[in-house]
Amino acid sequence: MKPRSKRLVLVGVGVALLVGAAALVLNAFQQNLVFFHTPTEVAAGKAPTGRTFRIGGLVEVGSVQREPDGVTVRFAVTDTAKTIPVSYQGTLPDLFKEGKGAVVQGRLEADGTFRASEVLAKHDENYMPPEAAHAVEQAHKAGATVKP
Amino acid sequence: MIPELGHFSLVLAFVLSLVQAVVPLVGASRNRSALMAVGRPAAQGQFFFVAFSFACLTWAFITSDFSVEYVALHSNTATPLYYRITGVWGSHEGSLLLWALVLAVWTVAVTVFSRHLPDVFLARVLGVLGCISVGFLAFLLVTSNPFERLLPGAPEGRDLNPLLQDPGMIIHPPLLYMGYVGFSVAFAFAIAALLSGRMDAAWARWSRPWTTVAWVFLTAGITVGSGWAYYELGWGGWWFWDPVENASFMPWLLGTALIHSLAVTEKRGAFRSWTVLLAIGAFSLSLLGTFLVRSGVITSVHAFATDPKRGLFILFLLVVVIGVSLLLYAWRAPRLSGGGSFAFVSRETALLGNNVLLSVASASVLLGTLYPLFLDALGMGKISVGPPYFEAVFVPLMTPVVVLMMFGPFLRWKGDSLGPALRRVAPAFVASIAVGVGAAFAIGHATPRTMLGLALAAWVVLASAQQLVARLGERPGAASAARLRGIPSAWWGMWLAHLGVGIFIIGVTLVGSLNQSLDVKMREGQRAELAGYSFVFRGVQDAAGPNYDASRATLDVSRGGVAIATLHPEKRLYRAQGMPMTEAAIDIGPFRDVYVSLGEQLPDASWIVSLYYKPFISWIWLGCALMALGGIFAASDRRYRKLAERSAPAAAARQAA
Repeated sequence: MKPRSKRLVLVGVGVALLVGAAALVLNAFQQNLVFFHTPTEVAAGKAPTGRTFRIGGLVEVGSVQREPDGVTVRFAVTDTAKTIPVSYQGTLPDLFKEGKGAVVQGRLEADGTFRASEVLAKHDENYMPPEAAHAVEQAHKAGATVKP
Repeated sequence: MIPELGHFSLVLAFVLSLVQAVVPLVGASRNRSALMAVGRPAAQGQFFFVAFSFACLTWAFITSDFSVEYVALHSNTATPLYYRITGVWGSHEGSLLLWALVLAVWTVAVTVFSRHLPDVFLARVLGVLGCISVGFLAFLLVTSNPFERLLPGAPEGRDLNPLLQDPGMIIHPPLLYMGYVGFSVAFAFAIAALLSGRMDAAWARWSRPWTTVAWVFLTAGITVGSGWAYYELGWGGWWFWDPVENASFMPWLLGTALIHSLAVTEKRGAFRSWTVLLAIGAFSLSLLGTFLVRSGVITSVHAFATDPKRGLFILFLLVVVIGVSLLLYAWRAPRLSGGGSFAFVSRETALLGNNVLLSVASASVLLGTLYPLFLDALGMGKISVGPPYFEAVFVPLMTPVVVLMMFGPFLRWKGDSLGPALRRVAPAFVASIAVGVGAAFAIGHATPRTMLGLALAAWVVLASAQQLVARLGERPGAASAARLRGIPSAWWGMWLAHLGVGIFIIGVTLVGSLNQSLDVKMREGQRAELAGYSFVFRGVQDAAGPNYDASRATLDVSRGGVAIATLHPEKRLYRAQGMPMTEAAIDIGPFRDVYVSLGEQLPDASWIVSLYYKPFISWIWLGCALMALGGIFAASDRRYRKLAERSAPAAAARQAA
């Protein structure tokens, strides 16, 4: 083969490889995006069913309850407008507390309970997860526009 | 008084960095040796003042000088001395000062080990490093002065974030920074080559050891960080695909591509412009990592800066560095083209393939890390990209990398014929598939992923063995000791690092497949079983540490009636911040870790306890350690010194021409 056609083949193979890799990456990307919804959106039925997503807000004061087995926890996440009941099995993060911000990842059950696979609280006591802060802020804004 | 000296010294360092950035570059372009000679003393002076400034801040921490705001926010009189010292880089300002110090250390190292470099070239390298210094010292002085006074001084400090009060945190940031910032030397070499428009095998030979050493530090830093996350975050994971981890992993992937591309440039003169681009990319990703971690755009234990000015400054720095270097690249790279030609079937092709794959992998991490930030910044909703994405991408991308990695060394440089090459590797390849599938069935976990992982690991180990045998057979007749000694340390470096990848894959595969865990409510005297181990809860006592109060549990671990260990997981409450912390207890073994962490206390005096069985998890870090060790061997090869000395006069003549 002439050097010129050799180079063409090499470039062709390289481009094919890159296209394949890009297709792989984008496909995986689309399938594994985790969207965030505020409790108000979930209550309005805007959240997907049968797909993992995240909700965030404040852990409602007085809502944390443990099942007799000790490792199943029920609590409620609120953005001050709407409240979503959550159930979770496992150890809660150190900074999980009633009245503090938390972000929860999981799926919505048919009965309206959010079954969490992961509970995220933050590394710093004074720090509010931005998603949780965002949810509360959205709820306040919505409240302000409804009121005359 | 001492803090003011530190501040003043930082200003002096800034002035010297300006001199170091401007004068040698001007001298190099006008070919005035007097101006070029300024670079070395300026760099050394800058190092002295940055180091002095760092010492002043350390002194403020040691003496608990709470009239310095940074100290008051991140230290406490009850904090043990060693955590007061590591508190220096426990937050934004101090860690930036560490960044500047590490950059000065690398620069001084260049001035010391550069006797064989031509003056013009050295002047350009020091000039580029000086420019980076100017950026970071200006950043420190303008937005993040660690010596800011708090008047009146606080009576007591707020203490360091408890998560950072850990031995791993003593060495993790300095190691990681040595890696990040070390790529600035490779970057400076690349820019100097672009400026001079000349780049040859000698250039690659100068650049290679620096790049390899930086890569070793980065590897070690990431490994320590991963180990810290494993035992400190309390739930036994070793990698979370967290944006902060990705920030260090992206430069690592590109840096790995760079050290291999440099090998081709040195041996065969090929891939020149590609090597330069990778050097620019690796350093840009290091800066991007600093931006992501330090600007507060992502939330994690690392994100300290809440002042948007700071994020903007690093972003500006990032844009300038990437913009200027890519412009220079576009302008000058065409001159670098050419070099050794090679056939389809050759070691060059194998290395090129891996280079492309590693770059794609790095880009996929970049996409997964930045896309959520972009959407958020544009107000288009909040999303997150979790581990499933990265796993779905990494397995198919890294599988060919590992296959090629062990196939490449069997191929000759420049050109080889495919048939004989395939016949050389076929037995090991077939055997490793058999071993992988067989082993997966033997451990009772025959999923495709386990088979693939074990087959890849077997391929690495078998091919490594075959390579060693082939290498030893190269000098028939010689005594085996002489044959062993005849192998250059660079070859050992490659061999060890590649073997390390195999060990790493074994760890990742097995801990992923066989890992077991159990969250259970336990009372005193109660027993729980997991993976053949039995855990008896012996109750919880109060224990007090220097700056925290702990509830300390005792668990007896046994297997088949034989006592194995007594573990003491703790739940700590750090007094100064009132922050709770889980401190896991681990019985580390060569083939498995038994990991226990203490959850919360329930009203009926029982406790939630998390039990984990982590088979082969230490192999992950062992593999990483082998990779780093391989890098040390590769960088310490005698030929760098010898060849560099021999070629220096010739190279100098060419540079001057």
